[in-house]
Amino acid sequence: MTAETMAISPERRIIHPLWVRITHWINALAILVMIGSGWQIYNASPLFDFTFSRSYALGNWLGGALLWHFAAMWLLVINGLVYLILGFATGRFRRKLVPIRPSHVIADLKAALTFRLSHDDLSRYNAVQKLLYAGVIVVGIIVVLSGLSIWKPVQFQELTWLFGGYEVARYVHFFAMAAIVAFLVVHVVLALIVPKSVRAMITGR
Amino acid sequence: MRTRKAIPGVDPKLLIRDAASVMPDPARRRFLRGAASVGALALLTGCDIIDGDTAENALRVVSRFNDKVQAALFDPDKLAPTYSESDITRPFPFNAYYSLDEAPRIDPATYRLEISGLVDNRKPWTLEELYKLPEHSQITRHVCVEGWSAIGSWQGALLSDFLKRIGADTRAGYIFFRCAEGYTNTIDMATALHPQTQMSFKFDHQTLPRAYGFPMKIRMPTKLGFKQPKYVVAMEVTNENRGGYWSNQGYNWFSGL
Repeated sequence: MTAETMAISPERRIIHPLWVRITHWINALAILVMIGSGWQIYNASPLFDFTFSRSYALGNWLGGALLWHFAAMWLLVINGLVYLILGFATGRFRRKLVPIRPSHVIADLKAALTFRLSHDDLSRYNAVQKLLYAGVIVVGIIVVLSGLSIWKPVQFQELTWLFGGYEVARYVHFFAMAAIVAFLVVHVVLALIVPKSVRAMITGR
Repeated sequence: MRTRKAIPGVDPKLLIRDAASVMPDPARRRFLRGAASVGALALLTGCDIIDGDTAENALRVVSRFNDKVQAALFDPDKLAPTYSESDITRPFPFNAYYSLDEAPRIDPATYRLEISGLVDNRKPWTLEELYKLPEHSQITRHVCVEGWSAIGSWQGALLSDFLKRIGADTRAGYIFFRCAEGYTNTIDMATALHPQTQMSFKFDHQTLPRAYGFPMKIRMPTKLGFKQPKYVVAMEVTNENRGGYWSNQGYNWFSGL
C-alpha cells in the first residue's frame, strides 16, 4: 500500500480511537465530580483567604462531599490507569505527544495568539497542544499521588514524605487542582472555537 | 433504563403535538403543560440526585466498600511518623461538636471505666488504677477530617496491653466506646491492637486537660481525629459494629490514615 492510499483508508481517518473517546468522557465526568467535591472539602478548612461558592461545590456538606470524592476517585484512577496503559501500549503517546521542542512551542504559541494556527489536520497536535496534553497528564498523576498522600499519610507515609509531608502535600494537591482547572478553561474554550474537535472526540472523525 | 422504540420516519415531538391537536382545547393545554412540568420535575429530581439523600445512600455503599479497602491497606506493624518536642502545635486546638463550656466535667474521685463484652474480667477501673498502668509516650500528628492537622504529645497505657490485662478476646471484631458527652464509636480490633493506640491520660506530660478529654482519650495516630473518643466512660469488646456519632451521620466509618 502506498502512503497515498494509506492516507485515505478509513482506519487512517479515525482521529481518536474508541478507547480514547470513552476514557476522555469518563475522565471528564470524574474530574468534574472530584473538583466540585474537592472545593466543598477545601471550604471545611481553607488553605487561603477564600472559599469556593457553594453553588459550584458538590455534596452540600463536608460529609457528603467526602462521599463523592472517595467514590469518584475510583472512577478517576481506574479510568486514568486504562488510559495510561493504552496510551503507552498503542504508541499513541509516542506518536502524538512527543517530541515537544521549545522553539516549536514558541512559534505555535505566537501563531495561535495571532489566530494563524492551522487546525486543518486534527490528527496532528501542534506543539502547544502537545505541551498542554502531556502536561495535564503529568499534573493528573500528581493530583492523584498527592491525594493518596493526604488520604493515607500513615500507610503511604513514604509518598507523603516525597511530597514534603502532610501539610505541604495539601498545597500540592490544591495547586495540581488549580492547574487542571486552568487547563480545563483553555481546553473547553478552544474546543468551542474549533467545534469539529468536539465532534472528533465524540464520533472519532 | 426504559427504552423507547422509535417509529421509523416519525418525529416523537411532532407526534405528541399531533396527538394534542385532536384534543379539546383545555385538555390540550393541560396535556402540553403536563409534559412540560414532567420535564421540569425530571430536572429537579436530577438536581436532587446530585445533592440529595438518594445519592448519599448510593455513595454510602461505596463508603462501606472503602472501609474494606482501608482495612486491607492497614498494616498492623506500620507506625505513624513521630515528631520532636519542638514540633508540637501550641496551643493544641480544642475541637468538638460542642463548645468547651459544654464539655463534660468528670469527677476523678468517682470516675469508673466500665468494661463489658467479650472479656474475662469486667471489673470497673478507677482512675488511680488506670494511672498505675505502664506508660507509653508518643508525639504524633492529629489529622482532622476537615483537612487541618496538629502535632500533639500524649502519654498513657497501650490499649493492646490493657486488653491483655482484662482478658479480652482479641479475635473479636471491634471495640465499642461510650463517652460522657454522648459520643460513641466503634473501632476495628486491628487498630485497637496497633502499637501506637493509646489510652491517653496525659497531654504533653500533664494530666489530660478537660479540653482534650479528661480523664481519658483513646489516641489512634492511624485514624482521623473524629474517630478518637474523649471523656471515655465505657469500653466493650464486641463482634458487632455499632458505628459511632460521626459515621452514623455519613462520615466514613474506618477513616484510617
